[in-house]
Amino acid sequence: MTDFPRDALILGGNRIPFARSGGPYAGISNQDMLTAALDGLVARFGLQGEKLGEVAGGAVLKLASDLNLTRESALGTPLDPRTPTIDMSKACATSLETVVHVSNRIQLGQIDSGIACGVDSASDSPIEVTPRLRRILHRAFAAKTPMQRIKALSALRPADLAPVPPRNGEPRTGLSMGEHQAQTTAQWGITREAQDELALASHQKLAAAYDAGFFDDLVTGYRGLARDQNLRPDSTLEKLATLKPVFGVKSPQVAEPTMTAGNSTPLSDGASSVLLGSDEWAAERGLTPLARVVDTRSAAVDFVHGEEGLLMAPVYAVPELLDANGLTLQDLDFYEIHEAFASTVLTTLKAWESEEFCREKLGRGGALGTIDRDRLNVLGSSLAAGHPFAATGGRLVATLAKLLHQTALETGRVQRGLISVCAAAGQGTAVLLESVTD
Amino acid sequence: MTDAYTRFVRSAPGGLLAKQLGLPRPSRLLRRKDRPAPVLGPVVVLGDSAGADAIAHRLLEDGADVRRRPDELRSIGSVLLVLDEIATPADLGPVVLTLASAMRSLAPGARVVTISRPAGGGDASGAKDAALAAARGGVEGFLRSLAHEMRGGATANGILVADGVGLDAPGVVGALRFFLSARSAFVSGQFVTVSTSAGSATENPSLPLVGRTALVTGAARGIGAAIARTLAADGARLVLLDVPGAGTELSRLANELRAVPIQLDVTADGAGERLVSFLRERDLTLDVAVLNAGITRDKLLANMTADRWDPVLAVNITSQLTLTDALLEAGDVLGEHPRVVSLASTSGIAGNRGQTNYAASKAGVIAFVDALAARLAPLGGTANAVAPGFIETEMTAKIPPLTREIARRVNSLQQGGLPVDVAETIAFLASDEAGGIQGETLRVCGQNMVGK
Repeated sequence: MTDFPRDALILGGNRIPFARSGGPYAGISNQDMLTAALDGLVARFGLQGEKLGEVAGGAVLKLASDLNLTRESALGTPLDPRTPTIDMSKACATSLETVVHVSNRIQLGQIDSGIACGVDSASDSPIEVTPRLRRILHRAFAAKTPMQRIKALSALRPADLAPVPPRNGEPRTGLSMGEHQAQTTAQWGITREAQDELALASHQKLAAAYDAGFFDDLVTGYRGLARDQNLRPDSTLEKLATLKPVFGVKSPQVAEPTMTAGNSTPLSDGASSVLLGSDEWAAERGLTPLARVVDTRSAAVDFVHGEEGLLMAPVYAVPELLDANGLTLQDLDFYEIHEAFASTVLTTLKAWESEEFCREKLGRGGALGTIDRDRLNVLGSSLAAGHPFAATGGRLVATLAKLLHQTALETGRVQRGLISVCAAAGQGTAVLLESVTD
Repeated sequence: MTDAYTRFVRSAPGGLLAKQLGLPRPSRLLRRKDRPAPVLGPVVVLGDSAGADAIAHRLLEDGADVRRRPDELRSIGSVLLVLDEIATPADLGPVVLTLASAMRSLAPGARVVTISRPAGGGDASGAKDAALAAARGGVEGFLRSLAHEMRGGATANGILVADGVGLDAPGVVGALRFFLSARSAFVSGQFVTVSTSAGSATENPSLPLVGRTALVTGAARGIGAAIARTLAADGARLVLLDVPGAGTELSRLANELRAVPIQLDVTADGAGERLVSFLRERDLTLDVAVLNAGITRDKLLANMTADRWDPVLAVNITSQLTLTDALLEAGDVLGEHPRVVSLASTSGIAGNRGQTNYAASKAGVIAFVDALAARLAPLGGTANAVAPGFIETEMTAKIPPLTREIARRVNSLQQGGLPVDVAETIAFLASDEAGGIQGETLRVCGQNMVGK
């Protein structure tokens, strides 16, 4: 008898290269992209005909007709059609949460294997009808007589027919994520130069990782794209400095806007997937475990009343996660802090360095302290790769798991890594991974 | 896959019109799935040498309906002209003229195969006798002309057996089986030389590549995908390679064939080493390497630039050199009798306007396999090439319509070949039987009018 909870192991991953919205994947559905990412994973690990415990996936920008997006995608792959699926959603943390979900189930012995995945297409985001038109149409459909139907439809006005594009803002504040972050950026005094430097480093590190072949077994080309379309290996600080700020330009709280298209992630299309399994399941198939999912914490902040910045939730989730596992911030070997904006990463770090913030907001005895920046997003992150919302978590988990495994083999020491992802509506998720070697 | 013109001339009014105007009326070629029988009977074996008797007996043992004379047969499926012992040009007549009387009885899709010796002897000694050389050389001219005269999707091909190699050598038997089968549907007017007795008979004719692991480069689509499917159908385990941009197509083919995919740009620095380390990680050894990756960047030389010349040479020939070097130097990633089959092209033989770059690369391939064969011989390995003519693929679908239509018709079979035709020829050259075939380039072109 196995004792539960047992280890949930990350065995590998696969994603398609991320594309800029309106780029090579324009016109491709979420289902097409997610199926492609899963097909590549099945091919890489020889999962044809396998009945897995579960496939957990999701999308943020999801069409109403994609009710069973993950199920429909999985049915399009050579996986056993009896593999159950679940659709989940938590904005930008979606596929980090699907990883948590699958690993929890494996740890509890409910399943032995699973895929965590996510997909998003900013090119094919839903466009809805106005609530008034929707009500009128429902009334007309429900009408029992032609007269009732005509009466219902007679309420139509030309303005009702205008489509409603996807909302680009927080429902409770009306501000876009970028506007929110621009305020946080200004509040924490994050400079334009620091943001551009982080963005440049992201591009350079991602390009170097591609050149070194790091992504050979993590990315499968799609539609002629072999690398992330947003990647600009030849970018320079000078070029980044020429870009005009796009967020915070009209905000009275932002004296000097600093956030540009260069230090913010672009709208993106893409899909990612992660294969997880128990030790026995991996061994039976000759698969090499890369890392285990140690623990996770979520947090949410009150951004609505201006008490905290919209994207600050991970700042709270991470210390809780560290405390629960008896670790300090400096005990980690690698940090993957999602680059929603360069300034998100920088405010997160600055908050942890702040004695005042850590005492007053986190209720701690003192600051969490600084981290070794050479261990932060070492293979580049979302600023370079792009950020298809629900696909980013899967990208981070597979990348970090491989990095931890490789480094553990090289150094002979167990490696610990942190993933922190901020999400819309003031939420955030943090996950702790630990290398596994034979 | 049938083109619009062919569909038209196969209709009743279209056929009548084409006949009246003397336009090409291509026949439907039967492939393996259409005609699974290994031999189309009855088979008439002509020639009175001991070798002819031996081949007739062998075919009988295999269950074929074998005859030694064509007399009174109303339909003939296959004809073998065994000419291994002819000594002077005058010896050709009696055998050839027997076939003449039977030509009108050839069934649709019939097969004619000559078996003779190379004019030069095919071995190091060379033929000394002028009359002997003339007789043997004559067979080539005869066969190539006969192939032009074949109708109804019938083909004619020749096997040249080097002096000192018996007609029962695996290579001879294998080549004969290939030419008689539907696998050679788009091969006509061609000779293959069996230079040694190496190789072994196929133990399992329905799965000739079972237990073998084969690499196919450029496997994601077109001819490469057809090669993968054919080798898989022949029982091979596959490693499929293509550029990262085609990764998802490659993965899907790998899923279909339960193959191992590897995304790699074969022109990248260290591509050979990356392939070798990938094979080692996966604990794979290659018995067969099909070097199919290829591109075109057509331009007249007057308009040729480095960005069109360099990639074509890099992908089509230089990558073959680097990959085979890496595989050979690694020492532990090749099986016991490795087979290398490269993709050449009829453009590399006859040349083609607008393809100086492509033809240079493909002619390079033809010379390369000859040299590589010598390097592999001590290992019991072989290297050969296949030169496709006009094949119906995504690549040729991009040729302007009129040019494409001409290219498609200027061969004895009056139609384009299919990717599977190239694949079948590669599968044959990769088989155990083909061990005696070394450094050859076999054309799959329906006997294209250009080149030798």
